[in-house]
Amino acid sequence: MSVRIKFKNILKKYGNTVVIPDLSLDIKEGEFFTLLGPSGCGKTTLLRMAAGFNSIEGGEIYFNDKLINNLSPGERNIGMVFQNYAIFPHMNVFKNVAFGLTNRKVPKQKIEEAVNKILEIVQIQEYKDRMPENLSGGQQQRVALARAIVIEPDVLLMDEPLSNLDAKLRVDMRNAIKGIQRKFGITTIYVTHDQEEAMAVSDRIAIMNKGIIQQVDVPQTIYQKPNNLFVATFIGRTNVLAAKVSKNTLILNGCEFTFGKTLPSDQTNVLLSIRPEEFFISNENKGGLKGKIEHSVFLGLNTHYFITLANGQEVEVIERSKHGTALFAPKTEVWLNIDTENINIFDKAGLRNLSLGGNV
Amino acid sequence: MIETQKKDMWKWVIYGSLILYAVFLLYPLLSLLVKSVLPGGSFGFSSFGKFFANKFYYGTVINSMLVTFSVTICTVLLAVPIAYILNTIKIKFSSTIQILILLSSVSAPFIGAYAWILLLGRSGVVTQFFKQTFNISTPDIYGFTGILVVLTLQLCPLVYMYVSGALKTVDSSLIEASESMGCTGIKKMLKIVGPLILPTILAGALLVFMRALADFGTPMLIGEGFRTIPVLIFTEFISEMGEDDSFAAAVSVMVVVFATSVFLVQKLIAKRKAYKMSSLRPMQIKEEKGIKNVLAHLFVYVYILLAILPQLYVIYTSFLKTSGKIFVKGYSLQSYAAAFSKVGDSIINTFILALSALAIIIVLAILIAYVTVRRPSALTNLLDVSTMLPYIVPGSILGIALLTAFNKPPLLLSATAIIMILSFAIRRLPYTIRSSCAILHQVSIASEEAAISLGAGQFKTFMRITLPAMLPGVLSGAVLSWLSILTELSASILLYTIATRTMTIAIYTEVLRGNYGTAAALSSILSFITVITLLIFFRLTGKKELSM
Ligand SMILES: Nc1ncnc2c1ncn2[C@@H]1O[C@H](COP(=O)(O)OP(=O)(O)O)[C@@H](O)[C@H]1O
Ligand SMILES: [Mg+2]
Repeated sequence: MSVRIKFKNILKKYGNTVVIPDLSLDIKEGEFFTLLGPSGCGKTTLLRMAAGFNSIEGGEIYFNDKLINNLSPGERNIGMVFQNYAIFPHMNVFKNVAFGLTNRKVPKQKIEEAVNKILEIVQIQEYKDRMPENLSGGQQQRVALARAIVIEPDVLLMDEPLSNLDAKLRVDMRNAIKGIQRKFGITTIYVTHDQEEAMAVSDRIAIMNKGIIQQVDVPQTIYQKPNNLFVATFIGRTNVLAAKVSKNTLILNGCEFTFGKTLPSDQTNVLLSIRPEEFFISNENKGGLKGKIEHSVFLGLNTHYFITLANGQEVEVIERSKHGTALFAPKTEVWLNIDTENINIFDKAGLRNLSLGGNV
Repeated sequence: MIETQKKDMWKWVIYGSLILYAVFLLYPLLSLLVKSVLPGGSFGFSSFGKFFANKFYYGTVINSMLVTFSVTICTVLLAVPIAYILNTIKIKFSSTIQILILLSSVSAPFIGAYAWILLLGRSGVVTQFFKQTFNISTPDIYGFTGILVVLTLQLCPLVYMYVSGALKTVDSSLIEASESMGCTGIKKMLKIVGPLILPTILAGALLVFMRALADFGTPMLIGEGFRTIPVLIFTEFISEMGEDDSFAAAVSVMVVVFATSVFLVQKLIAKRKAYKMSSLRPMQIKEEKGIKNVLAHLFVYVYILLAILPQLYVIYTSFLKTSGKIFVKGYSLQSYAAAFSKVGDSIINTFILALSALAIIIVLAILIAYVTVRRPSALTNLLDVSTMLPYIVPGSILGIALLTAFNKPPLLLSATAIIMILSFAIRRLPYTIRSSCAILHQVSIASEEAAISLGAGQFKTFMRITLPAMLPGVLSGAVLSWLSILTELSASILLYTIATRTMTIAIYTEVLRGNYGTAAALSSILSFITVITLLIFFRLTGKKELSM
């Protein structure tokens, strides 16, 4: 049985330092919800408040309509997966996975069935009798996942579960986690600082910075329509350029670009967030920003160019690799045009996305 | 690698150390074995037969077993909860308590025995107080009870320090994982924490077991009719009437065999149950509320009071006025004056002998640690095992072995200062070797290889690169060795002469003679030296603990 989770005006302090000032968040039933943010922004802290390992200095947390602030971790019916797996080193795989059920005094027969089933699902059936020290990192993580899920928790909480694995295994495991979560439909809060991982697994992502939620959205929206400059720069790569606006025209380094929407009239100095793929590059002067190739990186599908603009700023441009033509050599003069309809325009403090509202 | 070099100076260190162990440890123990089967000069097992024929003798085995097992169990039952409480619950003054625990462990056990006699003995102050005011008689402190109380309180810190160390390696995520699945409180302790620290508990228990088995002073003072094996060995070997060297040797051989088997069994169990743990986030010390908090505080405070009480009381009595042998009303420094005039030379002896032994210990420990860690081979394995032997061989047995082996030319050492230094060095070397090995395991070999690749020779590399990195570990082991040399009694009581009498021996003999004032003054001075040593050590290293 899955639950909705509601965080209402959450306040967290360690001593006198406020780590989370006032956070509200609604997580839907069965959702794979990710907390994403730079290290130290309070993701773990928030997760552990939901788990019951951190005190709550203010606000309320609800599972469905039940206030859980004062329940002990054991009473919340949660499954928890830790960064370092936290497999009990003195128990074999079966005993580790059975641990939660044994505590609930489930009959032995039932435990056996449930554990065997889950071991099969996470594909570690064959290691049932092994001791944890004889398992690889990935296998240990599967044990941890099985142990958390077998108790049929209302909520699955995972704190950077993949950060101790190598790159290849990380991709395998995140697919496994996503698959299992979908199969069971458990409401899941997943913590990571790896944006690609977050994009890959999440239904929705909350971007956090300094204990404050910057944006909650589906991955596509987070990437394409970031609420503010922090989100734009944290998710994916982007070039930030200062520009002036007047009506439908953006003025950059003296070049003018027309723009489909009308921005609020009080804004004249703005910041543009232009993704590398939102530039069009050409070595013929068809207008646009003038620049010089510094170097290029060929990555198969795409080619990355690093270009110095006339004002000295360096930008990154991505182009779909072409067949039969050589890459632009360093020092080549190029002209850049901009996909003005898709770029994001922020006020000069970077706090508000001006291009979101359309005609304000 | 360095090993392939033709001229490896460490080869000579290995041979040299093995020869030293062969001559000064194996040869004496073998002499003992030979002596045990040569009663009256001809081959036979009558010494062993004599032991089993008479209850007066074999009864000591039963007593020793009783003492050893009871002490081990009580120590574990007391120390584990204290370590758990101090590592998980916020206790007021806990850093002071930790230092007091350390202090309570570094005095000679028999001083505890004699302090408890002063307090609870037939004419002890507490006994008299209860008798005179309430006409209640307090429990008898002599015999088994007394030995049990004294040794448990004395040895508890060993297990405490072991377990504390282990608890710090338990990652809090394990605890949280278990709590999130509804396993809390005592259940958590039994199912998760207990099994994880079991290997450490066993290691600590083994140490306690060996100490309790070997302790001589405590049963001698407080045991009265309750005779244990070390007492038997001592009296058989030393006393004018019962003197029977072969018999004492036979008993010694049996004890060593027994201790060795216990040691091996423990090693086997511990090996099977050892888990590799690395703690990212150690368990947190939390503030408890309500009755749990009160009980935790009470438990720790009562324990530490009992543990430190003997030393405090001894220090107190050292300032009492005496008249002849008895304490009278009023305070004075009489006892100190008496101590300096009567046995002042023992203070000088202690420093000369202990410092000499310590110098040998430090040099050997560094060299042996280096070859066992950096040059693993069959030979260094043998060396490793040899260095463990003194853990198993009780002091009184080592004393007899040395006397048996070195009582005639060319190695006539009995009654010399050398034999005293030798026994100190052999018995207390393992502490420093252990800590030196531990730190060397943490020093990356890469820096040595870098130095060699840059053209530094082996010796230079060792002196300039390895040794400086090892020093903190060597130092903490050396402090332990030093403190335990100061309180060594069971071997030195057999080996000393008037010219080589140490403070600990002087205290013991003064207690036996009933000169409690002098004994108190001397042991206060000893406590003072201990405290100063620890303070210097803490200051030098910036630590607050002495890991064992
Ligand atoms: N037990 C603690 N005591 C004091 N400060 C803490 C504690 N745990 C975390 N913090 C602080 O709270 C902030 C958020 O930490 P955390 O939630 O671990 O961040 P994240 O998981 O996002 O990297 C950090 O600044 C961290 O230093
Ligand atoms: Mg974190």
